[in-house]
Amino acid sequence: MVLPYVHDVTEHEQVPILFDQITRDLGGLDLIIYVAAVQPPVALHEYNFEKDEAMLRTNLLGAVAWLNQAALRFEQARSGHIVGISSIAGDRGRVGSPVYNTSKAGLNTYLEALRNRLTRFGVTVTTIKPGFIDTELLKNAPKTFWVISPDEAAAQVYAAIRRRSQVVYVPPRWRLVGLIVRSIPSSIFRRLNF
Amino acid sequence: MTDVNYIPSKQGARHNPARTMIELPAEHLERLSSWGGVASGMSYVFRPSTPDSLHEVLLLARRSGRTVGLRGGGNSYGDAATNNENIVVDLRRMKRILDWNPATGRIRVEPGVTLSDLWQYIIEDGWWPPVATGTSYTTMGGSAAMNVHGKNAFKAGPIGDHIIEFDLMLTSGETITCSREENSDVFHAAIGGFGMLGIFTSITMQMKRIYSGLLEVETCTRADLSEMFGYFNQHASESDYIVGWIDSLAGGKSIGRGDVHRANYLAPGMDPHPAQTLRTENQHLGPNLFGVLPRSVMWLLMRPMVRNAGMKVVNKGKYLAGSFSGVKKYQQPHVQFHFLLDYIPDWKKAYEPGGLIQYQPFIPKETAYDAFSEILSLCRRRGLPNYLTVLKRHRPDDFLMSYAVDGFSMAMDFRVTDENRQRVVWLARELDDIVIGAGGRFYFAKDSTLRPETAEAFLGEERITRFRELKRRCDPDGILETDLWRRVFG
Repeated sequence: MVLPYVHDVTEHEQVPILFDQITRDLGGLDLIIYVAAVQPPVALHEYNFEKDEAMLRTNLLGAVAWLNQAALRFEQARSGHIVGISSIAGDRGRVGSPVYNTSKAGLNTYLEALRNRLTRFGVTVTTIKPGFIDTELLKNAPKTFWVISPDEAAAQVYAAIRRRSQVVYVPPRWRLVGLIVRSIPSSIFRRLNF
Repeated sequence: MTDVNYIPSKQGARHNPARTMIELPAEHLERLSSWGGVASGMSYVFRPSTPDSLHEVLLLARRSGRTVGLRGGGNSYGDAATNNENIVVDLRRMKRILDWNPATGRIRVEPGVTLSDLWQYIIEDGWWPPVATGTSYTTMGGSAAMNVHGKNAFKAGPIGDHIIEFDLMLTSGETITCSREENSDVFHAAIGGFGMLGIFTSITMQMKRIYSGLLEVETCTRADLSEMFGYFNQHASESDYIVGWIDSLAGGKSIGRGDVHRANYLAPGMDPHPAQTLRTENQHLGPNLFGVLPRSVMWLLMRPMVRNAGMKVVNKGKYLAGSFSGVKKYQQPHVQFHFLLDYIPDWKKAYEPGGLIQYQPFIPKETAYDAFSEILSLCRRRGLPNYLTVLKRHRPDDFLMSYAVDGFSMAMDFRVTDENRQRVVWLARELDDIVIGAGGRFYFAKDSTLRPETAEAFLGEERITRFRELKRRCDPDGILETDLWRRVFG
């Protein structure tokens, strides 16, 4: 059974009542996945607050609005599973997409904090860090590789949820990329063009 | 744990919640489960302490578009006191004794007063609750709503037979007084109406006069079901209480064998020291079992036993020990005779993680022997013997949603695991057919598996229609609901 609801995740004040409505319509809640994100094209010398605000409001604050509700409920239920679709882009701040990186880094830290808060209450928090997935978002990406289809990505996310994993790269080979990217010293990283 | 699949969850209030309705405070969300622990879910739980604060919860329910389920001690084995994703009113804080007359034994209590509170309040005046359930944690509101019975059901009937009048708050906030004379139709339907017509805010009952804190108890064993029935038939007229404990793992010729306990009140003068035996301090279960084992850890020792092989050994040992010692007679404090389920605190934990359900059919005396024999052998054939089987004698009553018959009931505890869950459900359906075929009935305090068509088969369309009409009158917007209501009548 699928119940669709039309909602703009940047309308944060609507979240509590809609969350309430959905949990009731479903007759409970065991799992929540936050998937919403935007990445408008941003030029190398562009500092456009409107675009930046849209990314933060959707990618980060929307997640906080929804997952706070879930966290409160799952803590009281002593069970539940929170999944946030973040990105490999949150592993490092890069020249091409400062605020997109910020929104995903913020999301990673937020999910980590939720995990640290909620594990003791029997709640699982999974951070998913996809690489390039063949969606609308890729249209704005300058160069891509290791692209996988949304169906394949979904299958890997589903498997991660079943395993109750904590942090998962999709596909897994991005874990190594993430490790390397995070290990590069800033003195070198700031000279790179990616 | 999530809802079990055989308890379909039909969520949503009938009073058509609009999207503009207010949200409920999330800090009231709690996980509530059926007593047996098989089903659980999240609810907004409120614990009012006065009728006014109770009324406020009803108003909140309207404004939030949620239904309200009522909960007392939470001792219903199934889903009678849960209302997933909606409001649950836990009435245990409304626990005042409003009036007590030690000369007449008439008492007026709020719904959250427990059986334990009640007997402790009255016993030193020489009175005892006329009906005592196997646990003393039940509340009077829950007891009236379920119309509970005790081991004296054949003689004293259910608790409703001892209720003189009650005040019922309707979902409009109005409170009506009901008795056999005033609002008699609501009186006979709210008792046993599993909290669907209104909320008891006060209940007036007649207590039973006693002349000692002790009961004269006799125990013995019976070799099979026909001996068991014979004992009940022979002794019912001369006993105040009778209960049979059947070893349901025994098969063949021994099917239905077990222990019988019967007890009588002491007549005036039989107890030389009634003032002492009636002291609350002298009514206790004792801190230890067999003098050494702390009762609080006993459930851990039960854990390895609640499986077929373990229970076979326990039951056989118990039966052999009983038959070896023959007929035993002794005097026992009321509390020790009645509250056997309180002996081992948290004993249901032995059934975790799956939990347990109870199946308790009530069958007329003419067909009971054949039906119970068939039930016991079917459970064995299906590889699902139950671990605690209690036989009781009953008399009919005049309540609308009555479960009682002039006959017997057999309460059976089934362990539920992920592996056997579906088989237990199928077995319950097969058992339903036997019970309905024998003219039997069911008890909502225990039920987890009843389907709408089975409920209609035993209650009859006419009774259900009358109950629905009364519900429309008392609760026109359908505010009062539980998971049980949605499962069986939704």
